[in-house]
Amino acid sequence: MGTYVLKRIITIVPIFLLATLLTFGMINLSPVDPAEAYFTAAHIQATDEMLEEKRHEFGLDQPLLIQYVNALIKICQFDFGISYVTNKPVWEEITSRLPATIQLTIGSLLIAILVSIPIGFLAGLKKNSAIDHFSRFLSFIGASIPSFWLGYLFIFFFSVKLDLFPVVGTGTWKHLILPSVTLAFPLIALYTRLLRASVLENLQESYVLFARTRGIHEKIIMGKHVLRIAISPMISGLGMNLGNLMTGAIIVEAVFSWPGFGRYFIEAIFNRDVPVIQGYVLLAAGIFLTSNLIVDLIQMYIDPRISRKGRQYQ
Amino acid sequence: MSLLEVKQVNHSYDSKKLFKWKNQSNKILIDISFVIEEGTCLGLIGTSGAGKSTLGKVILGIQPPQEGQVLFQGNDIYKADKLTRLKLRRDLQVVFQDSYSSVNPRMTAEQIISEPLENYEKLTVGEQRRRVIELLERVGLNENDLKKFPHQFSGGQLQRINIARAIALKPKLIVLDESVSSLDMVTQSLILQLLSELKDDFGLSYLFITHDIKAAFSISDQIGVLEKGELIELYDSKDQFFSSKHPIVKQLRDSILAEHPRFRTLTTKAN
Repeated sequence: MGTYVLKRIITIVPIFLLATLLTFGMINLSPVDPAEAYFTAAHIQATDEMLEEKRHEFGLDQPLLIQYVNALIKICQFDFGISYVTNKPVWEEITSRLPATIQLTIGSLLIAILVSIPIGFLAGLKKNSAIDHFSRFLSFIGASIPSFWLGYLFIFFFSVKLDLFPVVGTGTWKHLILPSVTLAFPLIALYTRLLRASVLENLQESYVLFARTRGIHEKIIMGKHVLRIAISPMISGLGMNLGNLMTGAIIVEAVFSWPGFGRYFIEAIFNRDVPVIQGYVLLAAGIFLTSNLIVDLIQMYIDPRISRKGRQYQ
Repeated sequence: MSLLEVKQVNHSYDSKKLFKWKNQSNKILIDISFVIEEGTCLGLIGTSGAGKSTLGKVILGIQPPQEGQVLFQGNDIYKADKLTRLKLRRDLQVVFQDSYSSVNPRMTAEQIISEPLENYEKLTVGEQRRRVIELLERVGLNENDLKKFPHQFSGGQLQRINIARAIALKPKLIVLDESVSSLDMVTQSLILQLLSELKDDFGLSYLFITHDIKAAFSISDQIGVLEKGELIELYDSKDQFFSSKHPIVKQLRDSILAEHPRFRTLTTKAN
């Protein structure tokens, strides 16, 4: 088991290196000249000499390989360069926005998990019952309402009409609820369906029926033989969504004026702020890799066979 | 009081048609009655589709019969309240044909065998492990197999684990539904030997459901022949079976392959 974990962690390194290479390559391939972008961002009409000087300062006149190695060394020191727009280090900018993003991510994931597990599980257990129909309705709504509209609806009803929650901004837990629910809605739709389907599938397994004949308590059967296994596809989905949420829920952040990651990145693209784009892409790669690692470890806990060698049927 | 009493069980699977006038019902079990006394083994033989497995399910309490009663230790298992039923279940265990699908593939041998113990007895961790090792050794496996998963065992070994799980609570009756049918000859005879040892050691009773007449004879005290849902004959000894004049029994008897081709009779014609 230990070796499996270690192996899994080590595989992250080459994948991350590949991500840096790709980012570096794409930025070099793009028609944007960083020096030009720098002066545009600063609203300075640059002369050719000024451009030349800036290129030298950025190290753009050096061979590509050396540029790449230099960039790599800096990345290892969490130095992603300085933003052209704000003239602050990119890492500082990112970390100042990270808490808000993490708050939103955790809030919406928690809501999604807390709502979809009981509903999905009960819907699977009691197929075609009232709760099953309710789950179908909920998934239908969640999958089809666009989040910007849902966000405005929430603001209109809960903030403007009922005055229960603040309209925009951050601070207290009350600020967090509306954006989290808005983000969680499509996730709830997805997870409820996933869980329901796999609960239904696992209930059909012969060992579940056999456990009943052997007189095992229903609670243990449901927990150990059904839910624990049925939850596995949902966790895979969660891992993927965790990455998406962390790297910015751009629309929801815009609707609720949430000072997160996503908006910052969009602005950077419009300003052709190369260091920010680079830093963001690498950070996103890192987040996706870690969330997938976490998911794999959870899966290993659920199904211990994953880490075992010597399986009879491959 | 007999251990298990099956009284006039009738069961049929209705094939539901859209139009009612063509309502057919497939009679699976017709007026089945028999008794299993404590410490004995009843072998039920029959061709496939004779209703053997349905009868097994009815006795196990997962397929309520349309008519009739199943009395286990004097209690009707379909009418007993929840608590009595749990108690009855403890004394009525089962080993199925497919050893792989009877266990959760994500659990180790230790977890599989200790599950009934956790369910019915509150033991300390050490005590429980000791019991599991004892059971493993009883069925011819050892301590090294504790942490293995089902896919790391062979079919025969896994069936031993299923047997260990079934005897963990020292039940009164074990239903063996084609339990040895999918195993090779050598493993089969080893498991049959193990089963008859366990029967003597713990005073177990078996309901041995099989299509394999030889296997049934090696372990059973009584033999019942099931054909098209009817229990046509019930014998107390091997000799009775071999001297029976019943055409179906004759057919079954002739299907046993003689030890030497010279002794084979070709009385049964292929259908």
